[in-house]
Formats: sequence, structure tokens, C-alpha cells
Amino acid sequence: MGALQSLPDEPEYRDLSEKTGFSFEQIGILHKRFKQLSHNEDTLRRDDLNTIPDLSCNPIRTQIIEAFFDKRNFHQNGEGTVQEISFEEFLVVMSHFRPPALDMTEEQREIIRREKLRFLFNMHDTDNDGTITLEEYRHVVEELLSRSGALGKETAKGIADAAMLEVASISMGHMEPDEFYEGITFEHFLKILKDIEIETRMNIRFLNMDTTNLCKVNRAYPDCTSLTKYTDKLLESCLWFGFGLL
Amino acid sequence: MSVRVALHSPSGSRSFLERGLLLLVMLIFLEGTVLTLGAASSPDISAQDNTGGHDHRGIEGSHVHTNYTYTKKAFPVLSLDYHHIQVPFEISLWVLLASLMKLGFHLIPRLSSIVPESCLLIVVGLLVGGLIKLAGEEVPPVLDSNLFFLCLLPPIILDAGYFLPIRPFMENIGTILMFAVVGTLWNAFFVGGLLYAVCQIEGTYLSQVELLPCLLFGSIISAVDPVAVLAVFEEIHINELLHILVFGESLLNDAVTVVLYHLFEEYSGAGEVTPMDVVLGVICFLIVSLGGIAVGAIYGILAAFTSRFTSHTRVIEPLFMFVYSYMAYLSAEMFHLSGIMALIACGAVMRPYVEANISHKSHTTVKYFLKMWSSVSETLIFIFLGVATVAGPHAWNWTFVSVTVILCLVSRVIGVVGLTFIINKFRIVKLTTKDQFIVAYGGLRGAIAFSLGYLLDKDLFPMRTMFLTAIITEIFFTVFVQGMTIKPLVDLLAVKKKQEAKRSINEEIHTQFLDHLLTGIEDICGHYGHHHWKDKLNRFNKKYIKKCLIAGERYKEPQLIAFYHKMEFKQAIELVESGGGVKLPSAMPSQVSMQNIQPKKLPPPVAERALPQFTKGREEEIRKILRSNLQKTRQRLRSYNRHTLVADPFEDGWNDFLLKKQRLIELEKKMTEMSNYLTVPGAIPDSPTMCRARLASDPNAFYNIKASSDGVPTIQVDLASPQSPDSVNMLNEFSKEGHTGQGLGQREGATGQGLGQREGATGLGLCQREGADRDEDQGLMMKPPGKGEKGEEEGGNKNPGLMRCLSDPGPSNEDEEDEPFLP
Repeated sequence: MGALQSLPDEPEYRDLSEKTGFSFEQIGILHKRFKQLSHNEDTLRRDDLNTIPDLSCNPIRTQIIEAFFDKRNFHQNGEGTVQEISFEEFLVVMSHFRPPALDMTEEQREIIRREKLRFLFNMHDTDNDGTITLEEYRHVVEELLSRSGALGKETAKGIADAAMLEVASISMGHMEPDEFYEGITFEHFLKILKDIEIETRMNIRFLNMDTTNLCKVNRAYPDCTSLTKYTDKLLESCLWFGFGLL
Repeated sequence: MSVRVALHSPSGSRSFLERGLLLLVMLIFLEGTVLTLGAASSPDISAQDNTGGHDHRGIEGSHVHTNYTYTKKAFPVLSLDYHHIQVPFEISLWVLLASLMKLGFHLIPRLSSIVPESCLLIVVGLLVGGLIKLAGEEVPPVLDSNLFFLCLLPPIILDAGYFLPIRPFMENIGTILMFAVVGTLWNAFFVGGLLYAVCQIEGTYLSQVELLPCLLFGSIISAVDPVAVLAVFEEIHINELLHILVFGESLLNDAVTVVLYHLFEEYSGAGEVTPMDVVLGVICFLIVSLGGIAVGAIYGILAAFTSRFTSHTRVIEPLFMFVYSYMAYLSAEMFHLSGIMALIACGAVMRPYVEANISHKSHTTVKYFLKMWSSVSETLIFIFLGVATVAGPHAWNWTFVSVTVILCLVSRVIGVVGLTFIINKFRIVKLTTKDQFIVAYGGLRGAIAFSLGYLLDKDLFPMRTMFLTAIITEIFFTVFVQGMTIKPLVDLLAVKKKQEAKRSINEEIHTQFLDHLLTGIEDICGHYGHHHWKDKLNRFNKKYIKKCLIAGERYKEPQLIAFYHKMEFKQAIELVESGGGVKLPSAMPSQVSMQNIQPKKLPPPVAERALPQFTKGREEEIRKILRSNLQKTRQRLRSYNRHTLVADPFEDGWNDFLLKKQRLIELEKKMTEMSNYLTVPGAIPDSPTMCRARLASDPNAFYNIKASSDGVPTIQVDLASPQSPDSVNMLNEFSKEGHTGQGLGQREGATGQGLGQREGATGLGLCQREGADRDEDQGLMMKPPGKGEKGEEEGGNKNPGLMRCLSDPGPSNEDEEDEPFLP
């Protein structure tokens, strides 16, 4: 709760909390991070995110950043992109990654599932026409493989084509040769990813405790709150150590 | 006896005669096994044998002696010396028995759907033991601890470790460790402590049992057994999360069991336990578990490193994997570290690198051997459990046994519920009540507990027999009652099952995408979670470790590309196995072709119509497979060679011009024949939908298809036109090898691409036909004729490599193939 001091008053928090489902503490922490990223401005720009050092080696960096400035992800019915986002929008985008609650009815689960998949879909559907065309899909795969040099670039096309063919055959069944598969619609998208339990996978842990002082800007060993994660890290550092030895 | 079991069960669709025959065979084998075993295992008889043999020899000796001067002894034409081969013979008999039993159960499908195999095997063991006893012989100590821990257990654990699903395992490692360490500790102390309390009650006649033996017993009985869990869980097809939770727990609790066992065994001699000992115990636990993992990892890396250099000795490649793993196990056991953890670590560490290094065939061998050994071991273990039960001696104490069974159940339930309550606070995906129930109910005990109990010293533990009886009862209870009811319960509770479908390329793409996305979001949030560290580790692995451990250029290959390659390869194999292109098994209902997803646009200039570079190598490979499958004559073993499976003269004669030339001619001839042959059957299903396999970058394929489908259903095979006139020229131009011709390149493209893109029902005939079409198309596009020829030539050149690839498609081959295409 230490983060609260530097933050706006309670009512606004309550609003945000109702809207996004984050707890006050989580909002506080994210707000602090937001301020840190935006250099104490009220709005965040693309450049602020571009300069995050850890993000620089992420192959799909541009897509991730774009997702934050995409109006479709703000739970409003807007389209297109914006130049800068406020904290509220930042929080709304983040809320797509909130872990689901323990007790959910099937309908709730389905709603969450659709929301998360919609977010993913929007990341792929860059021109916002409701379908992921072959070009867009190729672009996604190319970005994914962008770290592997020339080899990746060449293969990406083949992979995207194969994947698209698979989507078409799963979702359309039989097609006449003169028919044309426009692209992946959201319904098809749901269909092809039905085996990935997105509602249990597309989420990250939002902390309840302020650890920003632990991890100032870059390097630190944060989040010792959770036992399971701690053991994870222990194991991982053991692995690192082991590899280092050899 | 199993024979009767078989008789009672209504066996599916088998004819009566067949069944009868089977039963007869089983009976004979059973009898034979038992009789010989009885004869063999009895010391009396073998002694008699011995003396008999001795006498015989003595007589002969005296005979020789007396007639020393003038006669030679008669040469023994046939003599019996069973003693000489006794041990290996008996081992083989047991293995045979086990294998036949497994075979038998699978011939009776209805029986195995009701009763788990493990139960049946125990019953068989009981019967065999009973027969041995009936024959008046002493039952051999089959489940001897040495035999069990050094021979029977390692294959099962290695199999488990090698095929361990790393991803779910690492994602749930916290929960698994919690169950394995804290849960097992809790179980051991709860069961041990309460048992001691019960033993102190008057009237149970157990007051001589002390606290430490009780705790020792608790630590033996509390560990969930991987063998039993595997046997049961494999049959119920539970979802991945639950499977990995229970199975992971059963693997990792080994360290706890080992430490507790040694600790209590040590102190029950000494008597007193000080706080210092507890601290030492904790340290010991850390050393045992981490040490085991370290030993395993070292051997795993050694194995991976060795496999880097095995490209010339493909036949012994699999052996390295097994030997290194076994060495890891033995080394760990030598220091009383956790051998199970060492094996798991070894298997899991070496797998990704070894898989990239060794040839496809070697990998298949590794997989088959692992499965074979582990299933035979498992069968033997369950049979031996049955035999050991009969062997006795038993000391049945109602109170002790029933209290043990009840306490095990209670402590398991309390442990799981309590731990889940804590774990759920930290888990992102919470465990539901159903999950908890299955985890608790799936806690089966097995042969490891029995072997540990068997290991106890009789003098130190006078109540050893009672312990063994209780352990066996608990094992039987869990395996029979829980193992048999868990399947109906899973159905009843509608617990999510495992999806059988294989991974699709879309799922793979999105899994990768999600990984990067979550890493990115974590980075934006500014805290380093699970994904962040995983990403770091991945990058480290890619940057340094793969480079060291993977031969050739393969290490550069990102996961997605590797997956894609594997998928393509699998499809090609499937296509071949389905009968050389008659029809694919309808695993992939492919009704859509590439043209359907291609945006319709004007044909781009010819120059841009090159294939994506990468696919060429792959196409070659697929083409090769197809071709060789169709022409069995070429696959003949040319000469016997101990070191390779298919001795192909072209394997080494890469530069042998003459051979190449000869082969080229042969190939040309064959190609023409083959296409001619193939195109005829291909014509029949000449619906437009079947004419697929279009190039990704070839939009006018669409028009081409249409043109042909408008015509008569018989195909205008235009094979000859691009080939026959040029085939002579081609040889002349042979020296110009190395140029990638567009003509055949694209032609092959049509074939390869078609295969690669999940063209389920596309027959080979069609592919070929389309190949021909494509050529025709090329002709229309006014390509310089020379290009086609060069392409053909390229195809010819490649051919030796292709045969080689079939014999062992190792990484080095791939390099050779891919090289010319790399920019």
C-alpha cells in the first residue's frame, strides 16, 4: 500500500478497480510503473515503451506496443490507433492479462476466453477488417521469426501458408477451386485455437506488493512473495549455475 | 489362472478356434515356465542335477581311466547341462512370460477395458507363484531389491524422463515440489506417528513396535509410486495438468523417500535423534536431490555432446543414450543420491539436443527401445509383485494392516486438501475440488515401497515380515481398489480428458506468439515473472548451449521452423506409408487447397516466381521418400555391412561421376515409367478439388487447374514433352551442376508443396500429374528451355543424396541438401 501516497484519491481508484477488476494495490503498483515509463507525464507514448530495455529483444515488440495504442482494446467501440494513452487505458489493456477467478461458471469462462482471444485477434488483424488475411498472417510469422535472420524470413512464408491452409481446411471443410478464402474470421480463430486453453494461459501475475523499489529500472530479483514462483526461480538459477559450470 | 480369466471374459470378435489356440499356447507356456522354474529354483534339484552330472562324469572318467590304454571314450553326441544355462534361461523365460501376458491381454480387449493391466498382471503373478508353490518348490526371490533397483526400475524411469512433457512440468514445478516434498513428509510423519500411537494401545499385541521403525515404515509407505501411477494413468487419459501433477510428484518424491529411509534406518540402530540430526537430514535432502539432478544433467550433456559426433556411426547412436543414462543412474546410486532424479534430469536434458543430432532412424530406435524396455519392466514388476506375495513369509496382523490402509487414505486426503489450500494462493490457475480429488485418489503405492521394505535388515527390524505384509496389502489396495475405480470416477466426475489431437501448426504459432506476448507484457509491467526468466533461459540456450551441443547448422533453427520441418516430414512419411499415394488416411480432412487462400491477383513476372528458398530442400527430401518407396528395387540391400543398414554405393560416391551418370539415366527412365503409371490411376478422382498442390507464390496455378478440369477427365500427361527430348542433352550438360534450375525446381515445388501443405487426399498420381501440368505451364510461360533441363539435372544430382537421406536422414545430409539453396 505504500504506493498509494503518490497517487490520486480513492474514488478514482474505485472506478478503475470496478472497471478493470484490479485490486487497489495492483492499480497502485501499475500506476507507479506508468509514471516511471512516462517520465511522470499523464500520458504514455510509443517511444516510452520503445525504450524499455528488456523489450528490445522481443521479436513481436512492435505488435505488443501497437496493442497498447489500439482503440479496439479499450473496451469502447472505437477503431484505429491513438498517439498517447492515459493511465486508465493502460490499465484496461493490462486487464486482458488478468488471471481468472477460481470459481467460474462455464459462461463466464467462455466470456473471458473470447475476450482474451479477441485481444490476440486484434493484434493480428492490423487493418481492422474483421479477418486476418494471408498477408497479415505472414507478417505475424515473419515477426516471430525475425530473430533468426535470413533463414527465418524465407521460411516464414511457407509456415504462414501452411497454417493458413490448415485454417481453411478446418473451418471451411470443402472448397471449390474457384472459391476464395478471405481470411481468418474471429469465429474461425476461436475454432482453431480451441485446444489452447487460453483462459488459463494468457495471464500474468500482477503483484499485490510494491516491488518497484526492489527492481529499480532494470535488474533485480523481484517478487519473492509467491512460493511457487520462488521455487521456479531457484530452479532456474540452479540451471543457470549448472550451465555456467560447464 | 489367467487361462480361466480369459475363458470367463467374453472376448470380442475373435473366433472360438483362435481363442482356444491362444489359450492352449498360454497354458503350455505357463506350464513350461513354471515347471522349469520350479526345477531350476529348487536348490535340491539343482544339487541333484549337479551330483548326477558329476556321477556321470565320474563314471565316464573311471571308464576312461580303466580303458586308458586302448579305447577312446565315446563322444557324447547329446548331453544335458541345464545348470550351465540356468540363469539366463530363467530370465528369458520370465521375460517371455511377461511379454506373452501383455500380448494376451491386448488380444482380449474387453477384459482390459474393465480391469487395469497392472491388476491382471498381479493376478498372473499370484497364479504363477501359486503354481510354483503347488509344485512343491521354493518360490524364487524375484523382487529382490538389487534386481529391482538396478535392472527393472531404470528403464521405466528413463522412459518417463525422456518423454517428460517439459513445458507443463516446469509450469507446475512449484505445485509438484510442494506435493512431492511437503506432502510426502507429511504423509510419512502422519502415518508413522499415528501408527505408533495405535500400536501403543493395549490389546493390539504390538507394543514391541517402537517409534522409529514406525516412522521408517511411514516413510516407505507414503511415497507415491511412479510405476503404478504410470500404469494406471496411461489408461485413463486424464488431462495434462493432473497427469503431470501426480506423475511429477511420484518422480520427485524419490529424494525425500531416500533420505527419510536412510535417516530412520540409521537411527533405529542408534536410538536417539537430536535436533542436529534433523538439520543434517535437511542438508542431506538437498544434497540427494540437487546432487542427483546435477549428476543426471552432467551425463545428459555428455550424451548430447557425444551425439554431436556420431554422424558416421549411426548404428550405435542409440546405445550412447542408453549407456549414458544408465551410468547416470548408477553414479547417483553410488553416492546414495536420488537415482530417479538423475535419470529424469539426464533424459530431459539430453533429449532436445540428441533429437537434433541423431538421425531420424536412430531416434525411432531410441523411442522404440525405451518403450519396449519400460513396458517389459513394468510387466515384470507387477508379475513379480504377485509372485513375491505368494512367496511370503507373512505375518498378518489385522490391526496393523487395516490401520495402515486407513491412515494412508486419510493422510493423503488431508495432505492434498491442505496443500492445495496453500498452493492455490499462489497459483494462477487454481486447482478445483475435482482436481484435488483425483490427485488424492491417484496416489498409488507400488513396487518401490515393497523393495525398500524388502531391503530392511531382519535383525534390526524383527517386525519386517509384518511390515512387508502391510506394504503388500496397501499396494494391492491402491492398485486394485483405487486403480480399478479411478476410471469410472473420472468419467463420473467429468474430469477433463486429454485431447488426443496432435498439435497443429496454428497452435504452435500461437503458443510461441503468446510466450513472447506475455514476456513483453511482463517487461512493460516492470516485474520479472515466470515468462521473463523463461525467455532469458531460452535465449541463453540458443546462444551458447545449442551451439556447443548440436552439430552443423541445426542449432540456428528456431523452434517454430523445427516444428514445421518435423510436421512436413511426418506428413511425407504418412503419405508414403499410406500406400505410395493412393490416398492418405483421412486424418487431415483436407478439402481446401492453396489456391483457395491465395489472393487473386495478376500473375507476377516470371522472374519473381521463384520458390521460397527453404522449401526446396524439403521438397527434395519428400520427393526422395516418395520415389524410393515406389521403387522398391532400388532400396535393395546392395551388400551386407555390419555398420550400416542400407549399404548404398552412393553414400560415399558423392563425387563418383560415372556412377552418378548411370544413376541419372536410370532415374530418368524410372521417372518416366513411374509418372506414366501413376497418372493413370490419378485420373479417376479428377474432381477439381482434388487437383491441388499449387504453389504458394503461383497464382495462375488456379487458371491452370481450371483449364484441365474443363477438359476430359483423362489427363493429358505431358511428361514426355519436357523430358524426353532433353534427356540426352541433359547428360551433356551434366557438368554444369550446381545451378538451381527453375524448371524442375518449380515442378518439384508443385509436388513438395502439395505434400507439405496437408494435402490430405492428394494422391501421388495427382502430384505427379500436376508436376507435369506445371511443366506444361512453364512451357507456356516461355521459359528458356535450358532452365528446365538444368532443373532436371539438379534432380538427378540430388538423387544419391536422397537415397542417403532415406537410409539415415541425419543433419549432415540436410546440410548438404540445403546448402545450394541458401542465399
